[in-house]
Amino acid sequence: MAKKFQISRRKFLTGASLGLSGAVLSGCDAFDSGLGVGDGLRSFLENANDLTWRAQRLLAGRDSLAREYTQADIRQPMRPNGVTAPDDAHYHELLANDFSDWRLKVTGMVEKPLLLSLNDLQTMPSRTQITRHDCVEGWSVIAKWTGVPLSLVLDRAVVKPQARYVVFHCLDTIDRSLSGNIKYYGSIDLIDARHPQTILAYGLNDKPLPVENGAPLRARVERQLGYKMPKYLSRIEVTDDFTGMGGGRGGYWEDNGYDWYAGI
Amino acid sequence: MDTAVSARTSEQDNIAIERPLVYRQSAWTRLTHWLWAAALFFLLLSGLNIFNARPQLYIGQESGFGYDNTILQIGAINTPNGPRGYTDIFGHRFDTTGVLGWSGPKGYERPRAFPSWATIPSYYDLGTARVVHFFFAWVLSATLLAWLLASLFDGHIRRDLAPRLGDLRRLPRDIADHARLKFHHGRNYNTLQKLSYGVVLFVLLPLMILTGLAMSPSMDTVLPFLTEIFAGRQTARTIHFGIMVLLVLFFAVHMLMVLAAGPVNELRSIITGWYRTDSPESSNSSKGSA
Repeated sequence: MAKKFQISRRKFLTGASLGLSGAVLSGCDAFDSGLGVGDGLRSFLENANDLTWRAQRLLAGRDSLAREYTQADIRQPMRPNGVTAPDDAHYHELLANDFSDWRLKVTGMVEKPLLLSLNDLQTMPSRTQITRHDCVEGWSVIAKWTGVPLSLVLDRAVVKPQARYVVFHCLDTIDRSLSGNIKYYGSIDLIDARHPQTILAYGLNDKPLPVENGAPLRARVERQLGYKMPKYLSRIEVTDDFTGMGGGRGGYWEDNGYDWYAGI
Repeated sequence: MDTAVSARTSEQDNIAIERPLVYRQSAWTRLTHWLWAAALFFLLLSGLNIFNARPQLYIGQESGFGYDNTILQIGAINTPNGPRGYTDIFGHRFDTTGVLGWSGPKGYERPRAFPSWATIPSYYDLGTARVVHFFFAWVLSATLLAWLLASLFDGHIRRDLAPRLGDLRRLPRDIADHARLKFHHGRNYNTLQKLSYGVVLFVLLPLMILTGLAMSPSMDTVLPFLTEIFAGRQTARTIHFGIMVLLVLFFAVHMLMVLAAGPVNELRSIITGWYRTDSPESSNSSKGSA
């Protein structure tokens, strides 16, 4: 009896080690199926995103501040990324007369919907901050951003109590699908929207925001990665639910499998 | 030792007495070992996919585009003989076609830093790789914490891992033994085992977690000193990559040692806990046997 058990165990161990090395050698496409957006394995693994988000919220709270740098830390121009030259006809019309016809719409769950010109925004109290932009790809660049705190715009529109999110709608087409052009969009919750460093930026490194960085207006959400800071803003929608928009995951990149909370 | 021994033939009895099985690895050690093995496997391969999004490493807070602070770059260039993959390390260029920079099945080669077989998913997909990476980052961190607590309470760290004076005295002989692939099979870890496991568990894995957190813009608002300790976010990213290389080297040596020391016996001990030792006269194993 004992002898039999000994042999089968030895066989098991050898088999297990061969099996393991076989799995490694067969390449990593073994894990590809199941990892698409909506697949079971993917959805299971995405539960960790929720944990990650809650842990960061717990530790950082509402108002922990991103580090601000000095003028001496600005050593290079801000690197543009994503869409850097929108080819939408409407955008070109707005650009042609220096965005004087451009308006930022504030809609949704607000008492007073707004229609703000660039001049309206620039005459509101401004905030200037030198911060580090961290891209999801892994790179970072330090730059100086000037804009109006989003909280001031929200206060002027008077947010309804049931609202939870701010959705940024953009002018630039980032993708094309069978059902038409897909414009960039993204969302943050009201905690990040009201964060003191969350601004609608119209200035970069002491100059008007250039086209490649999102002219005339882009979001800065300093505790998250770059894809949470949409460029070429046209409308801010206050809502309690974003699942009816786009792919339902709260943003263009989120619909393509990126996590909604991009704090890491 | 146990009833199984008495049931054996006399020949096996002799083996069992001369080379007794001892209970070497506790359930905690075995469970956490395999959780780490799985977590590190997925972290490595998803991490290489994430790296492919920006196959460059920098020193400092930011990535130099208007100036040069790049210390490593993997890329592809066109040459008269077709596309080639290259790896730049501290300004020295190496042709790494087929593995780094330019790789794929014949006729389907593509520019990609780490090759398809070394990444999860096999295709470039940063969003998905991040889902996999952060899931297993939690597994790794939770396992490390559980192991630390269990090993403090059951004495594993003090009894098995902490190097003693005698260990350090034996170090030169231990190095010589390892170099000749001559192993003593005892209840206790040898000096190099204690040192290498200790470095992995108390230095490399914690540093991996901390440099990972130092890259997070959200955690940077809570632990700003962390990014400073690592001399900037991009340096933290570079260290994160460097520790990955050290962990892969540890894994390679670990596998080599397991094969050289007797894979069946070594695997049995990390699966069942039981380890066959050398005869008592030739080792110091008796004191720890169960």
